[in-house]
Amino acid sequence: MLSAEVKSKYELVIGLEVHAQLLTKSKMYTSDSTEFGNLPNTHISVITLGHPGTLPKVNRKAVEFAIKMGLACDSTITRRNIFARKNYFYPDLPKGYQITQDKNPICVGGNVPITLSDGTKREVALTRIHMEEDAGKSMHLAGEVDTLVDFNRAGVPLIEIVSEPDMRSSEEAYVFLSEVKKLVKYLDICDGNMEEGSLRCDANVSARLWGAEEYGKKVEVKNMNSFRNVARAIEHEFERQILLIESGEEIISETRTFDAATGLTASMRTKEDLNDYRYFPEPDLSPVIVSEEWLSSIQGAMPSLPRELHHKFVNEYGLPEYDAGVLTDSKEIALYFEELCTLTRNYKAASNLMMGPVKSYLNELTLHISDFPIGPKRLAELIQLIDDGKVNFSVATQKVYPEMLIHAEKTPLAIAQELNLIQDSDEGSLIPIVESVLAENVVKVAEYKSGKKGLMAMFMGQVMKKSQGKADPKVATKILMELLDN
Amino acid sequence: MKIDVNTLKKIAHLARLEFDEAGAEKMTQDMSQILDWVEQLNEVDTQGVEPITTMSSEVNVLREDAVANHLTHEQGLKNAPQRDSDYFRVPKVME
Repeated sequence: MLSAEVKSKYELVIGLEVHAQLLTKSKMYTSDSTEFGNLPNTHISVITLGHPGTLPKVNRKAVEFAIKMGLACDSTITRRNIFARKNYFYPDLPKGYQITQDKNPICVGGNVPITLSDGTKREVALTRIHMEEDAGKSMHLAGEVDTLVDFNRAGVPLIEIVSEPDMRSSEEAYVFLSEVKKLVKYLDICDGNMEEGSLRCDANVSARLWGAEEYGKKVEVKNMNSFRNVARAIEHEFERQILLIESGEEIISETRTFDAATGLTASMRTKEDLNDYRYFPEPDLSPVIVSEEWLSSIQGAMPSLPRELHHKFVNEYGLPEYDAGVLTDSKEIALYFEELCTLTRNYKAASNLMMGPVKSYLNELTLHISDFPIGPKRLAELIQLIDDGKVNFSVATQKVYPEMLIHAEKTPLAIAQELNLIQDSDEGSLIPIVESVLAENVVKVAEYKSGKKGLMAMFMGQVMKKSQGKADPKVATKILMELLDN
Repeated sequence: MKIDVNTLKKIAHLARLEFDEAGAEKMTQDMSQILDWVEQLNEVDTQGVEPITTMSSEVNVLREDAVANHLTHEQGLKNAPQRDSDYFRVPKVME
């Protein structure tokens, strides 16, 4: 076992490679469909199958999607793009090479900002983002003598987002991945589903003594199908490497696969042997030149990004960081909230409504905000009702709001009136209620007057009960104070 | 440029080709000669010349993102050396 003391001598170094399947209708270099979940080998063409004499042709939208991701990450966009062949033999790769980018990826550099659970903010540096195509799917079924191959996925466009070895904890890796997922979903270029494989992550992990200048030998870990498993695999790999180093053994630069059931990694193959991909420029594709005009039209069509909305919610709406984080977690929630804030000025109440009753309703029924029955306008009216002192926050959320979910057409005011919930702020009608409460609690009143000020809450409770929850708390408190303190 | 037997073996492995060991000496000589011949290109002054990657001078030959041009399932599987009703079958590969 690895002691905490030994572990603390080492620094963990992580770089991630994230593959994102692009949401185009057709493949990267051919026009067969990218649709998921169809019968095997039904979305195929002579190009996908690598028949002789066929020529690939680049999907314009896939290029635009890659550029969008680069702009969102502050990368430099490469103006003259060529493609490269990466040569290797595997049955799910009919051509015997993958068309990818080698020396001049479409996006160079850039970063992804992350915020850790202790509030630390930093930017994770990217090396590059490049375009490539997915491979087919091989199945090795137990009891089957052959491997079965389905080429529906072969040629589906991917971008590969490669970070620098710039992360130092599994939490950083986890948050980085969450941010990448958020970005591709905001940009609408990938559905971000890790379980279904539309977002995939390989982790390069190494360990070195604190203060060492050189990185340790890195090991690439594959096969993690959730963010949590990426974090688990990294933790395990870090400890495995430290144990090896401590016992004087050498780390082998290799690819290892993660087993979610055991939480362990196992060797797949050693890199030195097979990793000779013999990249060379793809002669079948002409260069893709990104003109100033094309770039600015893509720039002009960029949606708001999570970091921009976060900044706006904190700086313009004056919301706490926490609120801004929750509200920008999904693009749709953020856009709903943004619209809501054009209709009310009580941003904090709007945020409380979104994070409380709205989110819990959506979570409970596993609904998407697009299925939410109440529009921003009605929700703004509910906030207005609170601001006008007609109902208090708890009546608004517990009585009026549930009715609004059922009767989306009714205004919150109409509902509050129907249910007889309009708050009473009239001193004339509240004074007799307060007086009768005090008359019924003579002993407590005496205790209050002798210093038990905490009884105020009890009196308030009684007033609310007698008024059936309709007493305006501010007015009732004022009357209570006046009557008790005199 | 001199090719040795180890390089020859590596190239054969990468191309998944087998060769008769008896002919190895002859093959290394042939390959060395081919490389020597190609190396004459190094004599040309290419200072300031952009490398070309395709024989066409066209750029931005792009497709719009539309689905078309499928092979049917049957057509696709037709030439497979081994197949079943759904899949291409290949000798078992395990990593």
